[in-house]
Amino acid sequence: MQSELVQKYLREDRLPHIWCPGCGHGVIMHAVIRAIDNLKLDPEKVCIVSGIGCSSRASGYMNFNTLHTTHGRALAFATGVKMSQPDLHVIVLTGDGDTSAIGGNHLIHAARRNIDITTITFNNNIYGMTGGQYSPTTPYMDFGTTAPYGNIDNSFDLCDLAKGAGASYVGRATAYHAVQLAKIIESAISNKGFSFVEAVSSCPTYYGRKNKKGDAVNMMKTLKDMYVDIKIAEKKPELADGKIIFGELYNNPQDEYTDKYQKIIDMLKKEN
Amino acid sequence: MGMPKKVFVNKEWCKGCGICVAFCPKNVLELKNGLIDIARPEDCIKCGQCELRCPDYAIFLKEAPENE
Repeated sequence: MQSELVQKYLREDRLPHIWCPGCGHGVIMHAVIRAIDNLKLDPEKVCIVSGIGCSSRASGYMNFNTLHTTHGRALAFATGVKMSQPDLHVIVLTGDGDTSAIGGNHLIHAARRNIDITTITFNNNIYGMTGGQYSPTTPYMDFGTTAPYGNIDNSFDLCDLAKGAGASYVGRATAYHAVQLAKIIESAISNKGFSFVEAVSSCPTYYGRKNKKGDAVNMMKTLKDMYVDIKIAEKKPELADGKIIFGELYNNPQDEYTDKYQKIIDMLKKEN
Repeated sequence: MGMPKKVFVNKEWCKGCGICVAFCPKNVLELKNGLIDIARPEDCIKCGQCELRCPDYAIFLKEAPENE
């Protein structure tokens, strides 16, 4: 027996999922289906697109139109889906490596166009599926299998990156802050334009073990302690000292790409 | 009005990570042989923290008759 939500939106014959014990990804996928349920979206009108990586396995578990694509290219495929069928709610589920390393250019250009796609990046700070290599979001001097003496790269702030590139909605929450995460995903899906959500996950198997972050429970508690709600940070900045802000970080609706494209089509139809 | 809710587990999906055990505010849950066990169901306040936090959808609240 399963919960009603799982029965309604997940492919039970594909579960249990392959994610490791205590991986935050399952919590994030749960938040995505709660958001879709709260918005009462028609599952036939939802298209989930993913790339490659642990996070991108999510599309296989979700009972919507789904597209599991090549590494880093989820947003390129999603752009094609959205351009051909603008009435679909296109939701991209991707990882930190998939979005910001191999797919970095697709991210900034999708954001720049403000195409109506909701991108949810499951950020676990590491390449989990391939064995714990450091990613563009691995913090400075943290360890990975390819950074045995510490990672000397500075890490991306994915939310700043998306905002700088032109996303009209940007939000962040963690696997611990699952209620807030679902609300942010709801707002992101509701925004007509490019929406970016950084869903901070935890990887007890690679990132946790390499960096001595403790077990899955400890890593969840770390998310609780390290992140502070933007509403609290605005009222009491001293509580946010040395912490990372989560919440709705940017919301500035702009003209959307498929609308603008349709206007060109309509204009040319009139002329002929 | 629906029926009262009750906590259920699906041991086949449980991977024994212990997150639900750690975040249950009433200490209802335990790991038994590495899998979830509802050790003290009478203490459950149906807050849903376990369902919210379980990465494997292995524990959840569902409406059920009292005697089930």
